[in-house]
This record gives sequence, C-alpha cells and structure tokens, in this order.
Amino acid sequence: MGKRVGMEVSIAASEAVRLANVDVIAAYPITPQTHIVEHLSEFVNNGELDAEFVPVESEHSAMSVCSGSQAVGARSFTCTSSQGLILMSEIVYCTAAMRLPVIMVLANRSLSNPISIWNDHTDVMSIRDCGWIQYFAENGQDVFDHVLISYRVGEDRDVMLPVIVNMDGFSVSHVIEPVELVDQETVDKFLPPYKPDIVLDPAHPVTMGAIVLPSCYTEAKKAQDEAVKASMPTILKGWQEFGDLTGRYYHPIEEYRTEGAEVLLVTMGGIGETAMWAVDQMREKGRPVGLLKMRLWRPFPFEEFRKAASKARMLVVVDRAISYGGPGGPVASELRSALYNEPKRPLVANFIAGLASRDVAPFDFIEMVDRAEGACKKGMEPEYEIYGVRE
Amino acid sequence: MKPEQDYKWRDFERGYVITEPGSSREYHTGDWRSQRPIFDKERCIKCGVCWIFCPDCAIRFDAEGYAEMDLDYCKGCGICSRECLPGAITMVDEEG
Ligand code: SF4
Ligand code: SF4
Repeated sequence: MGKRVGMEVSIAASEAVRLANVDVIAAYPITPQTHIVEHLSEFVNNGELDAEFVPVESEHSAMSVCSGSQAVGARSFTCTSSQGLILMSEIVYCTAAMRLPVIMVLANRSLSNPISIWNDHTDVMSIRDCGWIQYFAENGQDVFDHVLISYRVGEDRDVMLPVIVNMDGFSVSHVIEPVELVDQETVDKFLPPYKPDIVLDPAHPVTMGAIVLPSCYTEAKKAQDEAVKASMPTILKGWQEFGDLTGRYYHPIEEYRTEGAEVLLVTMGGIGETAMWAVDQMREKGRPVGLLKMRLWRPFPFEEFRKAASKARMLVVVDRAISYGGPGGPVASELRSALYNEPKRPLVANFIAGLASRDVAPFDFIEMVDRAEGACKKGMEPEYEIYGVRE
Repeated sequence: MKPEQDYKWRDFERGYVITEPGSSREYHTGDWRSQRPIFDKERCIKCGVCWIFCPDCAIRFDAEGYAEMDLDYCKGCGICSRECLPGAITMVDEEG
C-alpha cells in the first residue's frame, strides 16, 4: 500500500514522472501547467531525478526534443496547455505517426481568442485526430496513476504510441487532494526500463520520418489507424495490472449508478465528480438517472460505450468545447455516430457547458436533464445548446 | 527494397522507419526533368559552385575534377546553370 498524502495535483503529476524515472524532460511553462515544469526542474536541480531537463524556447521545440530523445531510446516527458499545444501540434502529429511513446500531461485550458487562461477542452479537441492514446483524468489520483500507466502502455512493444493524460486546468491541476502514492519498488515492478528495438544509433543507421509517395501514403495511414485500434487490449491489460498492484482499477468508461437508469449523463474530465452529486440527488428523488464518465477518448471505446449506453432512453452529454457551425460538442457528435447503426439507440441531448471554467454545479446537471426530458416530452429531437448563455 | 507500389499496409516497419540506408537512391528524380543541363568542359573552372547549389546532390566530379551531372537524379531545375559564373552549364529542353 502506498502512502496517502495531501498534495497539489500538479505536484502529484511531477511525482509520478519522477517515479517513472524519465531520462529527458523538455517543456515550456504555460498557465496552468507551470507547476509541473517547475517542480520537475527542481527535482533535476536537486539531484532527486537523474534526467536531462531541456529548457526549450517554445512548445514546438519541446515536442521536437521529446521526439528526438525518445527516438534514441530515452524515456521522455512534456506537458503543456492551450496555445502551447497548438504551437507544438505539428510535431504532435509526427510523434504519433513515428510511433514514439512520449508521454504528455495536458492541463486543459481554453484556446484564444478571446484570451482565456481558464479551463475547458477546446485545446485538446484541436488535436483530436493526432493519433495519440488519450486519457481523461478526473482527479489527482487519476492523474498520478495515469502518468505511470501511460508509460507502461505507450512503451509496450505491441503499442509504441505516445499518450496524453488530460486533466482540467486549475479545477484539477491546482487543487490539493489526498493522493495515494505508489512506492518506487512497486513502480519498478509495473514499469520495466524503456528498451525500444529500433533506435537512432550511428552504428546502425536508420531513417525516421522519411517521405512516402502517394503510392504508399494510404497504406501508411491504414497502418497507423490499425496501430491505435490495436492498442486497446494493452490499455485494458495495463489497467488490470495496475489495479492488481494498487487496488485501483480503471475502465474505458466509468459507470456510476447506472442500474436501471433511463437517462444517463455523460461527462469527460473533472466535472464527472460534480455530476455524481447531481445523480445522487436525482436518485434520492427516485429519478432513474445514472452517469457515464469517459476515461478513454482514443482509441474510442466503441464496444464498452455501446454496451453502457444501450439500455438508456436518453443520453445527456456535457461537452466542454464547440465545433463552430458544426454538430455541437465533439463528444456528443462522436457518441451519436457510435450509436447510429444500433437497432435501438437512445436520444442524444448535448449541452456545451463549463467554458473557461464557468462553474457547472450539481443543480446545473439536474437542469440539463430536466430540459432534455422536457424537449423529449414535447416530441422534439434534442439538439445541442450552449448552456447558461446570457441571451 | 521492393517497389513502392507493392507495399501492403502491414509491410511497413513500425513508424515507417527505413532500415536500409541510402534507399532514396532507388528513386530516380531524373524522371521529373523537362530540361537537361549541357556541360561545357572548356568553360568549367572546377570551382564546385554547382556542386554546392544542386538541391538533388546530382553533381559529382570526374577523375580530372570536372563537374558531371548524374541524369538519374538531376531533375532539371537549372540552379547549377544560373550559379555557374563562367557559363559552363546551359539548360536545353528535353525532347518529347
Ligand atoms: S559551377 Fe561551373 S565552373 Fe564551377 S565547377 Fe560547376 S560547372 Fe564548373
Ligand atoms: S539542373 Fe538542378 S538538379 Fe540538375 S544538376 Fe543542375 S542543379 Fe542539380
């Protein structure tokens, strides 16, 4: 059993990176990710972590350094937010296609413009199709655990893909929570040293990141799509093994009070914990409402999602980003298409809420369920709505 | 390496890594050419400027030190011709 301590979630994330014994850290500070970088540079400075800390001049360079170091066989880490993510996005795509298992923590924050340092999911949704495995953490324990799980899964020879651990900026990253740490011995048991079979080495020259011609590009992309899909069994195995060591078991979709639920709220990230309160309150009044929390975003857990959603009459999906002029929130539109070919499928109502950290309280979730139910009773197909907007 | 059109999606090394060095030699960029450089040995002063500028590394030097364009890779951009001060390289249209 690990030690249970109260600590800021950013510091817990740094602790996990230290325990993973990374070789290279390259990151550029940006709110709200800054505490992670600061803490890691202290570790390196104080000799508590034997790693190369590269204080790069931009996030584009941060991801370039991490890709390069991962390519020579060094376990690498970076973290960023918002504008930093879109600045590095060119290399984010390359890292995945080149199958370099860099691990990145994203302290999710809105994209400009208007400038906002606060939290929502508009940053990560801009790189939705980057080919990384993407987890969404709900609290400090999730973040700590998933940094370790990410290295285990990403570096597995059957996977070899980079992994993003998303956590909400401020509302998760900056809060102090009880976190049960895992001791070094247990981490070492769970996470073997990184030993890739192909590395950049002048003694055995290889080319990474070369051109392919149109005659091969389609096959190259098919190979990448298959690689991300094929990571699923290892992701499940990673959670199972981590659970066996720590007692904490995770799933692609976490279900909360879904027995007999006719309506299911669906959340991703930190607001899931508030939604649990709302579900408790509705259950107390005898309303058959449950909650699905999306922990795994890529590869998309189709099978698990369809199974979890199939018995409900309606899903009330809370998105933290908008596709302007498109189908509403990205999560809801993916859930809809995942259900489209099902013989019996629930209605999907979609609320976009919590932009730039606007509070989503338990009564807001109840209000969303009420409104979606109301629309249904009037025979209207529920569409998307930007919740709580002042008219 | 086998011809690119024979690659099936499972045939790539992970991450499209190329494990055979120098495989780009198999791709003859000379096929793209619509003009070819004509070299005049009388004018060449062996300065090597064309060799520096050629974007395709298609220029080498013969035993006597004169420039030589490898038409398997020369894609006919004309840069060498423009940069050669004594005017030893002239571009002419390819036939057909
Ligand atoms: S630039 Fe002209 S003169 Fe100089 S080496 Fe080339 S062909 Fe000869
Ligand atoms: S024409 Fe262009 S490609 Fe051909 S030899 Fe000259 S510089 Fe090189």
